[in-house]
Amino acid sequence: MKKNVKKAIVLGSGALKIGEAGEFDYSGSQALKALKEEGVYTVLINPNIATIQTSENIADKIYFLPVTPFFVEQVIKREQPDGILLAFGGQTALNCGVKLYEGGILEKYNVEVLGTPVQSIIDTEDREIFANKLAEIDVKTPRSFAVTSIEDALKASDKIGFPIIVRAAFTLGGMGSGFCSNREELIMRAENAFSYSNQILVEESLKGWKEVEYEVVRDAYNNCITVCNMENFDPLGIHTGESIVVAPSQTLSNSEYHKLRELAIKIIRHIGVVGECNVQYALDPYSEDYRVIEVNARLSRSSALASKATGYPLAFVAAKLGLGYGLFELKNSVTKVTSTFFEPALDYVVCKIPRWDLNKFTGVSKQIGSSMKSVGEIMAIGRTFEEAIQKGLRMVGQGAHGFVANHPLKDKDIKEELSEPTDQRVFAISDAMQAGMSVEEIHQLTRIDRWFLEKLKNITDLKSQLAAHNSLETVPNEMLKQAKMMGYSDFQLARLILKTPGEDIENGQLKVRKHRIAQGIKPVVKQIDTMAGEFPAKINYLYVTYNGNEQDVEFQHDNKSVIVLGSGAYRIGSSVEFDWCSVNALNTVNASGYRSIMINYNPETVSTDYDVCSRLYFDELTLERVLDIIDLEQPKGVVVSMGGQIPNNLAMKLHRQNVPILGTSPVDIDRAEDRQKFSSLLDQLKVDQPRWASLTTIDDIYKFVDVVGFPVLVRPSYVLSGAAMNVVSNREELEHFLNLATSVSKQHPVVVSEFIEEAKEIEVDAVAKDGEVIAYAISEHIEFAGVHSGDATIVFPPQKLYVETIRRVKRITREIAKGLNISGPFNMQLLAKDNDIKVIECNLRASRSFPFVSKVLKVNLIDLATKVMLGEPVEKPNKNLFDLDCVGIKAPQFSFARLQKADPVLGVDMASTGEVGCIAGTYDEAVLQSMLSVGYRIPKQNILISSGPARSKVELLESARLLKQKGFNLFATGGTHKFLTENGIENTLLYWPNEDKHPNTLDYIRDKKLDLVVNIPKNLSREELSNGYTIRRNAIDFNIPLITNARLASAFIHAFCKMGMEDIAIKSWEEYK
Amino acid sequence: MPELKKIKLILEDGTVFEGTSFGCHKSVAGEVVFNTAMTGYPESLTDPSYKGQILVTTYPLIGNYGVPVDDVDEYGLPNFFESDRIHLSGLIISDYSFEYSHWNAQKSLSQWLQEQGVPGIFGIDTRALTKKLRETGTMLGKIEVEGQPVDFYNPDKENQVAKASTPKKEVYGNGKHKVVLVDCGCKYNIIRCLLKRDTTVIRVPWDYDFTQEDYDGVMISNGPGDPQYCQPTVANIRKAFDQGKPIFGICMGNQLIGIASGAKTYKLKYGHRAHNHPVRKVNDTKCFITSQNHSFAIDNATLSSDWEPLFVNINDDTNEGIQHKTKPIFSAQFHPEAFSGPTDTEFLFDDFVKMIEEHKAKN
Repeated sequence: MKKNVKKAIVLGSGALKIGEAGEFDYSGSQALKALKEEGVYTVLINPNIATIQTSENIADKIYFLPVTPFFVEQVIKREQPDGILLAFGGQTALNCGVKLYEGGILEKYNVEVLGTPVQSIIDTEDREIFANKLAEIDVKTPRSFAVTSIEDALKASDKIGFPIIVRAAFTLGGMGSGFCSNREELIMRAENAFSYSNQILVEESLKGWKEVEYEVVRDAYNNCITVCNMENFDPLGIHTGESIVVAPSQTLSNSEYHKLRELAIKIIRHIGVVGECNVQYALDPYSEDYRVIEVNARLSRSSALASKATGYPLAFVAAKLGLGYGLFELKNSVTKVTSTFFEPALDYVVCKIPRWDLNKFTGVSKQIGSSMKSVGEIMAIGRTFEEAIQKGLRMVGQGAHGFVANHPLKDKDIKEELSEPTDQRVFAISDAMQAGMSVEEIHQLTRIDRWFLEKLKNITDLKSQLAAHNSLETVPNEMLKQAKMMGYSDFQLARLILKTPGEDIENGQLKVRKHRIAQGIKPVVKQIDTMAGEFPAKINYLYVTYNGNEQDVEFQHDNKSVIVLGSGAYRIGSSVEFDWCSVNALNTVNASGYRSIMINYNPETVSTDYDVCSRLYFDELTLERVLDIIDLEQPKGVVVSMGGQIPNNLAMKLHRQNVPILGTSPVDIDRAEDRQKFSSLLDQLKVDQPRWASLTTIDDIYKFVDVVGFPVLVRPSYVLSGAAMNVVSNREELEHFLNLATSVSKQHPVVVSEFIEEAKEIEVDAVAKDGEVIAYAISEHIEFAGVHSGDATIVFPPQKLYVETIRRVKRITREIAKGLNISGPFNMQLLAKDNDIKVIECNLRASRSFPFVSKVLKVNLIDLATKVMLGEPVEKPNKNLFDLDCVGIKAPQFSFARLQKADPVLGVDMASTGEVGCIAGTYDEAVLQSMLSVGYRIPKQNILISSGPARSKVELLESARLLKQKGFNLFATGGTHKFLTENGIENTLLYWPNEDKHPNTLDYIRDKKLDLVVNIPKNLSREELSNGYTIRRNAIDFNIPLITNARLASAFIHAFCKMGMEDIAIKSWEEYK
Repeated sequence: MPELKKIKLILEDGTVFEGTSFGCHKSVAGEVVFNTAMTGYPESLTDPSYKGQILVTTYPLIGNYGVPVDDVDEYGLPNFFESDRIHLSGLIISDYSFEYSHWNAQKSLSQWLQEQGVPGIFGIDTRALTKKLRETGTMLGKIEVEGQPVDFYNPDKENQVAKASTPKKEVYGNGKHKVVLVDCGCKYNIIRCLLKRDTTVIRVPWDYDFTQEDYDGVMISNGPGDPQYCQPTVANIRKAFDQGKPIFGICMGNQLIGIASGAKTYKLKYGHRAHNHPVRKVNDTKCFITSQNHSFAIDNATLSSDWEPLFVNINDDTNEGIQHKTKPIFSAQFHPEAFSGPTDTEFLFDDFVKMIEEHKAKN
């Protein structure tokens, strides 16, 4: 029975961050679709402007406001909804919902929580309540005792039994924790732990236990199903977000599988969830003993994965259950005839692999463990485990070609890597196996179940057989077929059999392709139908496999289909914004009367939702797989400009195979991508650019620097370790960087560019047709050039550019569009100093800022670009940035808190994991709104300024004066203290962390006496870095808002001194014109 | 990896699937059916209801956790098997795990199949095969090895129950309530589910006249093949109807109680074999996920006025159980004892024992 709900608020999850990423765009979009289908008027609160859920036609009304109790209450007050959904916006939405409930806000405005009651959420969030709650129904949780003496610790160990883990309470980073296997070890450990804390936790150790998850659904009639179970490849001890995960479980017997399933249902009933919940177990690898580790009473990363893995629309169904429906009353959207009350049967195996970007950070520990560091994930589908994992390792996109045929790990102790895993563990297993280490030994070191290891060994065993051949003709077809069934790519085969060197690998792999096609070794397309073929399904959710010989679908070669290539795993530099572009391209393809085909493999996306396209290939974006699909589908053309760099990089390769690429010609794409060619074009057009050179010797680098002067931007083509590029301001730094991080040679030239200080950075997002610009958006960065455009705070329309600058930028844009004969989307980055404009780069594809500018301008640039590419008629929009009565600001979201030890400083390499975009009536309001949306708080009283170089000191002077006027207490480190005092601004000196004097910055941070820390790095000198680093890192670890850029600090300070939180207008997107 | 031999599956329509042999390398014939469960091959293989059938598993990765040790529980029943041997005629899968891994595994699936003389094929496009069976309906088929021809065999032409049932009466446990278990090819877990509820189980052959026994309730078990062969059982069930004591039927038991009540059965196009079949209690909002394994079903339209459907399959509206409107008689087409499969409906055994208690209290 459906509840009478007319209007409901849905809370989003805000910016993408580690632990809370694109999966909530998918969940939220599904929930909104479900509500819309039921005629419920939906109001979405989410400042993440790049998401699909914050698009027209998904929610009825959108507020780009922070998901915090204050703002949500304001929206409730204004909108007067009947209901609110808390389960679709991750922990952010859940926490906010709990606070609204506890604060009596929901009751005050008579808003009903649709779905799981808040009390049930509270019961699962608090560890102690949770353990007690489960004890009521005889369900086991890990045994744990909090003790304050060695004696009590020993008593606790008597109750628990060894092995035991000791944790010091209230410490960061697991200091004082460790395993003990007997009383003596426990005494030693406990003594050590008590030196950190006066309370320690004595817990039973579950190290090495299997980690298994169930996704459970319950309706208001108490009917329950488990949609999927999943088994972690990595045993307990590694966060499930950091683990390779397979679905369904592979090593569980029927009785284990169903014992845990039965418990999951018992738990969800007892807690009283209505909708979806996730139960995580530890399962003893030597018996059927288990512990419940965690219950998440909301949609989660795992539930998004389960949805993609099974085809069961969990979020969609959960939203409908929240409205009061029973599972049996809803239809299975795959079969259209059966109901949602069933459990999917899989006839394939999926493998999820995390994507880390730890190389982007300085100082971060690469070890993986109980906290999450990965920024994205992929899902691979196969009909053997070998096929799925090899596909998956390629999809992760960090240079691996599968489980084998990669470059061996460098400078790694394999045994250490196996027992103390980093992000490279799976490749350490590969190296170990190829070096002859036994499955048993690897198992002992990793505790990974032997079954997984044996399957991996099948891959390395076959590798040796393949590598024994030197020509394709001598490889028996049986063996070739077997290799493909184990997920070997043509690339791997070229490398192993043909021994093709790297520079010729494209030809090598095409040779393999030609040979195997001639031998009739071709893949087939299978459906994901939720029923393992038991019932007919008209489902368009597909994958490609070599383990089968019948196609599940037919191919219409009518020139009416268009392939859009997606963006792959979310990573730093490419995330939900490219999914927005891809989905919008699909929408336009559909609306133009073509069948849309999406290829992508990221389970956290909307583009991999089978209801947004005519066909979804959940598969690789490699040349091989894309060609396979093109051979089968024979589309009208392929769109490579929506999914960011991955499809962009395929453009030329596909073009060489005569694949029709829609839009700008790949030859022109190459002219923009190739630095030398692009530079010549700019010279030809008489457009200025920073001086640069590609150099192959250290001497040449010095000669170049003598001409252009420091600072310079150094971009090596081959990186040994650390950051891929850097700005260096003197000879010492240059030497340091070149010695440490790069190798310079003929094969690996280094690109050195002049770096212009205090220049404004400008972005252009535009669409052209046959070289003529149709629409454009110019935005400016708040920070000066030098901060990566993905980490910069971007203002659109620009508020502080000269009209002359804008005019010149427009002219350059037109000239470049013409020069490259662009048809489709493109993005340019430029520098401006005193109306002097230089072009930094130009990408002939959609960019990160397309959704932001499209939504602020209310002109969908992707729709226009797609129409251009399809050859549909387009009209120039009758609106441009000068017509806007509002300001949009896009601000980056950082996840430094999750990345222990990483230096939270910004540079030329991107470090942010997400972004928000807010729209407001004034610049200050937009700054404040966006800063609050990414987690900054308006300081109450105390602000520390450590303003770095002289330039920043001057820059911040005005801000300091303003703060003082507003009654804030200022604290400053040495130089800043002197400078401010000299300028008549009263402030208190705090000593540097390395000075043994008080009051010390560190004490102030650790005692949480500061409300905001402004720390501007001065230079790269070691002492400066170390002192600054300690301040920055501690600010992050103690959850004190930190700003490291002077221009941004000024903007923020100015904004909160001019207005308060309550002055922010509560206005929806449609109200801004 | 051992030496691999080629082996074929030939369907009655002439379709040939070629694969690799991993069980006993010999030819067999039977009816080809598919099951969509993702776990539980040791339980399925020993389920007597598969007698005469060649099983296709739609889940591609089989053999992962080997074959468990043959230890027994407190009632003397094996923990992980549903009978004393493999009943199905052959096993067809996509990807076989030569190396298994599990704490209680004692041998590989391949070794077990060889010991029991049952052929197995891997390397088959089981999805293509399943779709064929779904579209054409269950078909006869044969697994053939080179130089060992074999004729097609239709298990429906013979009384499979007689082959699967126990030859002699046997008593288990020493509980308060005496339950006659009519063994039509009974799974051990039915016995276990009864014993756990304070019963003495008197297991009798399928055609045994149990109405002469001293009993408090009757359980009619699951079993293979066409129910129409079990006329002696049907006659005994009719007598038991008159005795008025509680009766509970499972799977074949549901069909036999149906036939005894005057209803008709028919063969489904391709049967129900899965762990994910949804059933709903008639006139109720209660739904359950069930384990199923049957080819035949009761035609609801032929139920007499004293009887009513108890459960219905949500997927295809077929009958999933019946009950007498006044007497303590009910049955389920699915498997409340699970093993393998979901345990949602084990409470039906509680209902049954409660009926026995109530009936005893009344009389």
